[in-house]
Amino acid sequence: MSTATKYTYYPGCTSETTAVEFGRSTEAVCEALGVELIELDDWNCCGASSAHTLDHELAMALPGRNVALAQEGGLDMVIPCPACYQHCRDADIKMREDQAWREKMERILDFRYQGEARPRHLLEVLSNDLDEDELQEKVVKPLEGLKVASYYGCVLVRPPELTGWDDPEHPVTMDRLMAVLGTEVIDWSYKVDCCGASMTLARGDIVAELSTKIIEGAAEAGADCIVSACGMCEINLDTRQAPESGKKMPIFYLTELMALALGLPNVEKWLRRHAVDPRPLLRERGLL
Amino acid sequence: MKDVTPLGQKAPVVAADLSFSGLVQRRSGEDIHSCFYCQKCTAGCPTAFVMDYKPAQLLRMIQLGQRERVLGSKAIWMCIGCEACGTRCPNDIRLAPVMDMLRQMAIDEGYAPETAIYSLHRSFLDSIRLWGRMHEVTMLAEFKTRELLTEFPVFFQGLLGDAKLGAGLLLNGKLSFIPDRIKRMEQIKALYEEAAGASSQETEVSG
Repeated sequence: MSTATKYTYYPGCTSETTAVEFGRSTEAVCEALGVELIELDDWNCCGASSAHTLDHELAMALPGRNVALAQEGGLDMVIPCPACYQHCRDADIKMREDQAWREKMERILDFRYQGEARPRHLLEVLSNDLDEDELQEKVVKPLEGLKVASYYGCVLVRPPELTGWDDPEHPVTMDRLMAVLGTEVIDWSYKVDCCGASMTLARGDIVAELSTKIIEGAAEAGADCIVSACGMCEINLDTRQAPESGKKMPIFYLTELMALALGLPNVEKWLRRHAVDPRPLLRERGLL
Repeated sequence: MKDVTPLGQKAPVVAADLSFSGLVQRRSGEDIHSCFYCQKCTAGCPTAFVMDYKPAQLLRMIQLGQRERVLGSKAIWMCIGCEACGTRCPNDIRLAPVMDMLRQMAIDEGYAPETAIYSLHRSFLDSIRLWGRMHEVTMLAEFKTRELLTEFPVFFQGLLGDAKLGAGLLLNGKLSFIPDRIKRMEQIKALYEEAAGASSQETEVSG
């Protein structure tokens, strides 16, 4: 394990509500792996797709405040939600490169930009800062027989000039983690197709079409389930899928499967909250 | 392959505003003129099927100064910002920030937005303005009220499905009626005021 095991933690709004299982399982897995997460005090919403859609300045300013708050600790920020991650990363780059903007933010928010608290996604931290062999040793219940399609979605690995730690068309970090847990990783074609989550309330019709295509693609490739590293993708795929076969597919958070393999408590408590109950599948495979 | 609409019909060269492409280029920071119409953006766009003009067509229309058609298009509201186009563009045009900028210009210049999408995002931003974080219940209450006021039939059509989704989330303990309000709300207020851009407000904030 690397020396950097202490991070500032930005949970994001959904970690307390629609993606509460993602929040709790992230915290549990990090604790079990000796990764210390210190929650950013008084963090605010990153503005999500809404600030980007309607107000360019807010789209930089709202996540900018989180980057500002993280400066004092000077630790890298761990962010479980890919959208929060992308927006905080964008805001960090803007502050780094645009002096006038940085000075304006420093004046309004009364802080000094140091440029050390890098916004990073949870998946990237788990993949790059942890030793794969050490993780392997901690797996007490290998998830053998579970056929998993790793789903990255849109902004977790795109655009490459913001992310840069995995291939934007054929990412593999989550597949590797899943292989360490003992799952059978499925090759499929929809790893980076967008599920449309940001439109889920305004245009459920469009979103159902996009989500169903992803579900059917995973089923066609022979997957039992999809694993996601995004609070928006998970709930969107979980609630909006309408496959023609009628056979609904369980969607897991990356950290739920990690917790299961690490033998952590509470996993069933999280899984119970999914719209498509994943427990029958796990029981069938003798994993629960 | 589905994009077979004759371009001439969809994007006629009329009333060209020759300053438009330069303006979009300057405000978005993207090199619009380098597009040579390979249509890779259109091919990979997940929402192209609901767009009136496809992403590549929009770029060409911007080049040709079709300000009104671009800013009045449905397409700019159908972009979900998934960054597939920008990632694949051989000329490195990141289209998502261009779309952000076009929507901003459309709002500033009084073009009618796609109502449901506009209302949702406005309600979302109002929720942050109130609490510093997004609170689903108050956000949804505002969104549904806006829908009721602007798109009466859509409100009722959507009600059953939304109620079902909402009930499921409530039962699974995923919605909270109590908002999570941050401590230093004055900072959020200051950021909103700054974004609103009035110079008098700017002076006040900088004190």
